[in-house]
Amino acid sequence: MSPSNEVVNVVIAGLGGQGALKASDIVADAAFRSGLEVKKSEIHGMSQRGGSVTSDVRFGAEVFSPMVPPGEADFLVVLAPSQVENNRWQLRPGGRLIPPELVAENTLRSKKCLNVALAGVLSAFLDLPEEHWVAAIRANLPEKVHAMNLDAFQKGRQAAAGLSR
Amino acid sequence: MQPDRMLLSGDEAVALAARGGHVRLGTGYPGTPSTEILEAFSELGGQAQWSPNEKVALEVAIGAAFAGARAICTMKHVGLNVAADPLFTVAYTGVQGALVIVSADDPGMSSSQNEQDNRRYAVAAGVPMLEPADSQEAYDFTLLGIEISERWKIPVLLRMTTRVCHSYTVVRPRPPVAPPPAPHFERDVAHRVMIPAHARPAHVRLREKLDAIAQWNETEGPNRVVEGTAARGVITSGISYMHVREADREAAVLKLGLTHPLPFGAMREFARAHGRTIVVEEGDPYLAEAALAAGLAVETKPDLFRFGELNVDRVRRILNGEASPEAKVPPGKPPELCPGCPHRSVFTALRDLGCIVAGDIGCYTLGVLPPFNALDTCVCMGAGITVGLGLRHVLPPEEARRVVSVIGDSTFVHSGITGLVEAVYNPPATGHLTIILDNGTTAMTGMQEHPGTGRSLDHGRAGKVIFEDLVESLGMARPVVIDPTVDTARFQSLVSEALASGALRVIVARRDCLLATSKIKSYEQALKQETCLVPIE
Ligand SMILES: Cc1ncc(C[n+]2csc(CCOP(=O)(O)OP(=O)(O)O)c2C)c(N)n1
Ligand code: SF4
Repeated sequence: MSPSNEVVNVVIAGLGGQGALKASDIVADAAFRSGLEVKKSEIHGMSQRGGSVTSDVRFGAEVFSPMVPPGEADFLVVLAPSQVENNRWQLRPGGRLIPPELVAENTLRSKKCLNVALAGVLSAFLDLPEEHWVAAIRANLPEKVHAMNLDAFQKGRQAAAGLSR
Repeated sequence: MQPDRMLLSGDEAVALAARGGHVRLGTGYPGTPSTEILEAFSELGGQAQWSPNEKVALEVAIGAAFAGARAICTMKHVGLNVAADPLFTVAYTGVQGALVIVSADDPGMSSSQNEQDNRRYAVAAGVPMLEPADSQEAYDFTLLGIEISERWKIPVLLRMTTRVCHSYTVVRPRPPVAPPPAPHFERDVAHRVMIPAHARPAHVRLREKLDAIAQWNETEGPNRVVEGTAARGVITSGISYMHVREADREAAVLKLGLTHPLPFGAMREFARAHGRTIVVEEGDPYLAEAALAAGLAVETKPDLFRFGELNVDRVRRILNGEASPEAKVPPGKPPELCPGCPHRSVFTALRDLGCIVAGDIGCYTLGVLPPFNALDTCVCMGAGITVGLGLRHVLPPEEARRVVSVIGDSTFVHSGITGLVEAVYNPPATGHLTIILDNGTTAMTGMQEHPGTGRSLDHGRAGKVIFEDLVESLGMARPVVIDPTVDTARFQSLVSEALASGALRVIVARRDCLLATSKIKSYEQALKQETCLVPIE
């Protein structure tokens, strides 16, 4: 969607324990495997206590700040319905919100895979090769959950097929 | 085989460099955002160990560096307050091997009680300081820190910040370097025993070393200029450099890597060559004040940018000289004690009993929030017990009798023990009650081991400090140990009884952190299997 010399800005938001940071690991790794310059930044620390968590991923030919500048996110991926409104300011005008209800939880083998499913939705809007996404999912998750997460990733890609570009 | 390109956090990059740079010993105490350095160093096969606190960690590292080994010591910014005593004098003694001290600062306080700027420590103690801007520099500067430390026989401060520690950026590791000579002891009392007669010349030597490093920094230091318009120059360091490059693609930039002692010559030349020179830095105006004091014509940021982290937007505002109030970001959901957290039962009881609670630092500090509202003070690690004692000493007896100190298990080992010694030595007239919240881990910083868990940094078997024995050895009654979640009524009556007793009492509220329970089980299981494999003689 953006020309290759521009930086793609992704913000992933959720609540502690939902896997927002894991999702951002996967996005960053997929971009890294595609040979791009990548930066990923997050604030954790007290996140395990269920508070708001956000993680920024930026990639392109040259990236400086690891943080997405306020109001410049191309994509805002949100894992918890309660976290949509307080994070909307991060989107640039015309940026795309990927909210949790895009993938119905009951279509997933486990609701814990929602983070990877939403990464799947995101992947449909980025021109990173699918093989790198798959490799990133395998590299960032324990083997016993690979199958259910790869399935969730595909569910996400399918959900994205119906959306406007 | 090491890949030629890796996506690493700044913390992981420090660990990788330390491992590749033949660091023999890594010591530290957990603290966000520094914790992952030693964990990663251990995973890479390095010898890494948690000490009870930062002062101890630094002293152990100093011993290793005295013996000619390379040592790294990691901590969060406030940890350096605890370790300040050895820091100031190891600057005088110098080292034989290498000593790199990592201070991970937290501008914006993503998880800290203050946002002190530890660059001031480099100046105050007189140690060279490196400030990396991303993971590649975290890697490079760790190796450079080792080099500087060995060349000038001086400890080096590697000053990181939350964004550098926790951001993942691309690192290209270097080919392996040759190991240093094996450690051995050489007696050298003039450099190692700081009696005044030795310390006076040692101070002079320290200033000479710093002069030599300043000279070197002018021409060979890790500083660089990004060419740009002659109209506008920016002097910056650390993560701020990244924001600057993005906020202003035209400005010339002098990026400083070694920020103590500063390369004033290079800075002066840069300032002269540009119409305006603006200093952009996070936290205190450390660079700006130094530049102004040296008579350089530079502009400093408006005061409001002293607070919190910088980002691209704020740097744009600094460069434009905008000091109008900033837009507020909508608040997120604040953290809270996990549902089912054992600390919950304790704070419910203290609230219902109307206690005045001198608190400490850990997950349990969240007892301050509703529905508990059951924590009344929190200053620094260890202050739970001691502030409680101070309150007891001066409050009218009916109020004093309601004062309770709470302290986590890791915090108790860190700096709570001396508080109990104080209680025994200077007991308040009304006695005092301390509750040790023993959840079997250092939960706040991500479940690290400590001397009370009986497991080492890598979760192997280690010596175990038994809190009940320790308290008893001080001459106090043996503490009652209770799981506060099982019989809440009994817990509450134990607290009331202790408060009414007028004596010094300790209660150990023992129940594993909910999020750590399964991990602790698996560590213990692994250790059991290990012992079974040991052949019987
Ligand atoms: C001097 C200092 N070092 C480190 C820290 C970081 N830190 C805050 S609380 C804490 C320990 C928490 O463990 P514990 O006392 O066991 O309480 P828990 O979080 O498990 O409830 C640490 C390491 C700090 N705030 N100050
Ligand atoms: S991490 Fe553990 S100690 Fe901290 S709030 Fe959760 S259950 Fe409680």
